[in-house]
Amino acid sequence: MTVKTSSRVPVSQQAFVVDRPDDISAIGGTVSVQINEKKISVPLGTTILEACKHEQIHIPTLCHHPDLCIAGTCRICVVEVEGMKTLQASCSFPITAPIKIHTSTPMVRKARRHIIDLLLSEHCGECYSCARNGKCELQSLAEEYGVDGYTFGHTNAPRYEVDKSSASVIRDMNKCILCRRCVRTCIDLQEVGALEALNRGYETKIGTFFDKPLADVICINCGQCINRCPTAALKANDPSDEIWRAIDDPRKHVVIQTAPSPRAAIGEEFGQLAGISYTGELNTALKRIGFDKVFDTNFTADLTIMEEGTELLNRLKKALVNKEEVKLPQFTSCSPGWVKFIEHFYPEYIDYLSTAKSPQQMFGAVIKSFYAQEAGIDPADIITVALMPCSAKKFECNRPEMNSTGFKDVDFGLTTREMASMIKEAGIHLPEMPKSGFDDPFGEASGAGLIFGATGGVMEAALRTVYELVTGREVPFEKLRIEPCRGFEGIKQASVKLEGCTADYKWLEGVDLNFVVAHGTANAKKVMEMLRNGELNNVHFVEIMACPGGCIGGGGQPIPTSEEIRKLRAKAIYEEEENLPIRKSHDNIHVKYLYEKFLTEGPCGKLSHKLLHTHYTKRGRFIS
Amino acid sequence: MEKTKKRTGPVLFSEYTPGSGIKKTLEIGREKVLYDIRNSGLKGRGGAGFPTSTKWMLTAASVGDKKFIVCNADEGEPGTFKDRVLLLEYPELVFDGMVIGGITIGAKEGFLYLRGEYEYMLKPLEDYLDIMRQDNLLGKKILGSKYDFDITIRLGSGAYVCGEETALIESLEGYRGEPRNRPPFPVNTGYLGHPTLVNNVETLASVPHIITKGGDWFRQYGTDKSTGSKLFSVSGDCDKPGIYELPWGTTVNELLTIVGAQNTKAVQIGGASGICVPRSQFNRKLGYEDAATGGSVIIFNESRSMIHVLKNFMEFFVEESCGQCTPCRIGNTKLLEGVERIEKGEFTFAYLNTLKDLGNTMKVASKCGLGQTSPNSFLAIVDNFRNEFFHTNGNGGQK
Repeated sequence: MTVKTSSRVPVSQQAFVVDRPDDISAIGGTVSVQINEKKISVPLGTTILEACKHEQIHIPTLCHHPDLCIAGTCRICVVEVEGMKTLQASCSFPITAPIKIHTSTPMVRKARRHIIDLLLSEHCGECYSCARNGKCELQSLAEEYGVDGYTFGHTNAPRYEVDKSSASVIRDMNKCILCRRCVRTCIDLQEVGALEALNRGYETKIGTFFDKPLADVICINCGQCINRCPTAALKANDPSDEIWRAIDDPRKHVVIQTAPSPRAAIGEEFGQLAGISYTGELNTALKRIGFDKVFDTNFTADLTIMEEGTELLNRLKKALVNKEEVKLPQFTSCSPGWVKFIEHFYPEYIDYLSTAKSPQQMFGAVIKSFYAQEAGIDPADIITVALMPCSAKKFECNRPEMNSTGFKDVDFGLTTREMASMIKEAGIHLPEMPKSGFDDPFGEASGAGLIFGATGGVMEAALRTVYELVTGREVPFEKLRIEPCRGFEGIKQASVKLEGCTADYKWLEGVDLNFVVAHGTANAKKVMEMLRNGELNNVHFVEIMACPGGCIGGGGQPIPTSEEIRKLRAKAIYEEEENLPIRKSHDNIHVKYLYEKFLTEGPCGKLSHKLLHTHYTKRGRFIS
Repeated sequence: MEKTKKRTGPVLFSEYTPGSGIKKTLEIGREKVLYDIRNSGLKGRGGAGFPTSTKWMLTAASVGDKKFIVCNADEGEPGTFKDRVLLLEYPELVFDGMVIGGITIGAKEGFLYLRGEYEYMLKPLEDYLDIMRQDNLLGKKILGSKYDFDITIRLGSGAYVCGEETALIESLEGYRGEPRNRPPFPVNTGYLGHPTLVNNVETLASVPHIITKGGDWFRQYGTDKSTGSKLFSVSGDCDKPGIYELPWGTTVNELLTIVGAQNTKAVQIGGASGICVPRSQFNRKLGYEDAATGGSVIIFNESRSMIHVLKNFMEFFVEESCGQCTPCRIGNTKLLEGVERIEKGEFTFAYLNTLKDLGNTMKVASKCGLGQTSPNSFLAIVDNFRNEFFHTNGNGGQK
């Protein structure tokens, strides 16, 4: 039996996960249990909920979430266990003795119905005016249990003011049902701790430090809480009305860049199975909606690799050849949630971050400079929209320093969910669209940029380029699959030996390039503690993504989420990547063209620094 | 600590020499202690009535490199003040009980979780612990034996729910005081994940008597299923409110006579979460098998409005629910709204029955004892005092 949660989780909420081999009779430690009329045998410690799932018996849940530790608070999943006076919450009851379970007795059904009725009585407002209409877990439970009225009344009078302070996450506690998934996400899954339950009894609510607005606390905007909220109590700050206005304004030239992760997931919003990319279909849909140009964020992902890879080589040269004091390992900076995390929790280490902007911001800067120049459009008339899997990107594009062209690099960050609504609003059913390509001058990008979406992707892309730059040869991995970078393990550590270096890089001959990949800020925290304890002294490069699974599990992605779903999305990305003709960032002809025509000093040159690099803020724990 | 007055009673208030229980424990050994406790039939005095020996044996049998014993002095049940008396006047019983428990289950550390409102006791209790340390009844190698044990006092912050043992442990650990899922039980997975024995003040105070005088002596008081005596905190409409030690099995009527209560309409046994006994049931016996209580007895005479009584209780639960589980958090609010409707005379029996239904759901579906017992008084008063609903606010009652 293993414990699946962080050390900060109270014992009561730790999820005891039982490894379930295919043939459970092969090991000892099983216990027989009778569910309704059926007798089965399960590994000791299996929860009633898991056992029932195994038997295809549906138990309703609300506070339970596969990514989170156990709560047992909503009580919707209660079942009868023979010999026990009270009903038991199936999500939290470990089977350790032979018991008889009844999942649908009159008492159970009545209790569940009562719980739904009670939640509805306090759940403010009506479904048809709600952002989660049709996608709300409370709503579907009400439907499942045949609720046709408000037994204990209902309220349309808000108790709390809606917190719209954050650029990323909007909190409406009037719709909150206190399942506390957000709290467990924030404290246990992400180890940020911006949200916690306040007060007691009927006054209980979810709040922040001293009940301050979300924008003024240590929220990193990762939006993982949104992905796990069963109702619309948490939602992303939706800019689609402003985007529609820009599209409808003939003077505005509206361009959109699409990141790979939304493309691998947006089908889910249209009822498709997870794990299918809709890149070509999306291009067509976006053009039909009225975007003037549709670009691929992977282009600037390739650009990021050129800049960040060069920066790494520069740092390495300073350290190894010039013996200068230089901050190593270099940390990636593409994940704005991670950037804000380090700014809050490890401000003394912000110099370890690569100064390269994220692909989103680089694209904005390139569009409002190079593209504006090439196309002959006044950058003041260009609106750049970024379709991202991410809620933190909304915050990132509003950071005051992100305006190196004199204009806001990116005007609006749009999540996958919001994009899907816009497409639906335009009367388009995405899966039926014909496929089309991206617009020039940035055209199709390399596969290296595509795999940025999954944890380890940036590292893999960077290694492909850095290795080849240094040795003149491809990375020695079959089909360019750098397996040590792949997979969903929390922290991955590996190295690549640099051998046969070219004349320019003889100083790297025989060096083991050590790297670490982590996803989810709980793992990031572990990595930072390793750094603090001197355990990363030999490591050169660290990739960190704020969200579990990387961008494919981002806070703007379709709901629901689970490791299974995230793995399917990652698979879609890796499969799409293998079929691309160009799979290394430095082979991207459009990137080469950009360096030839515009950024003539090459990566990390003067203009690059102005447009494509940034700086960070030491925020600390108690200021925003 | 000065004793304000010498109390009398058959068991708890009988003679006891401080430290003698600990000495005897070291003489007879842990197995015999467990045997004596089992033989005594002692059950948890906090109200739930779980057999103490079972808890002790489970904790003693649990595997763990560290174990803890916690004395639950978060005396929060409305109308209960017996622990206050025990701690102020008989600290030797409570602390000796903890030491005996610690030695028996193999704990080296004990906590007294003291109700926040009892902060004024902190100094005298700390002083008493210092005396015990000087006498080598606490600390390293107690009375020259191989056992180490010490006690730390921790203050609660005023939450009723922290009297629930798992919420108490959460609070000890520094988290919000909210009940945990059970199982796992504290006897296996308690404070910081270690096996932990949580006992009420009065339970632990009974232990030294049982050890020094034997389980058989203890059993001679009370009934078959409720052995020994009980401290009752009597308040309300009577001449002599206060603490009474009476053997289990005493009837409500007998108790009313002892405390000088007249014209009694109802007795609330077990505090806000207990049961409301109408006059027709005054022959009921106080004991785990009939009218179980953690000690609170509140007496209401004819002049009291049971609707006000109920409203008071429901307001208490609306505020004191930890807010974690749905049935308790919102359920109690709905019951309170129901009582307010009754008060205004704006109710229908159909809705009242819906609320009774809800109360029954709360009893089985809530996460912890608080929610499971909070509808008790609602259900009892709605059933037994329905005639009062028609005389509210002078407007003639039901519309």
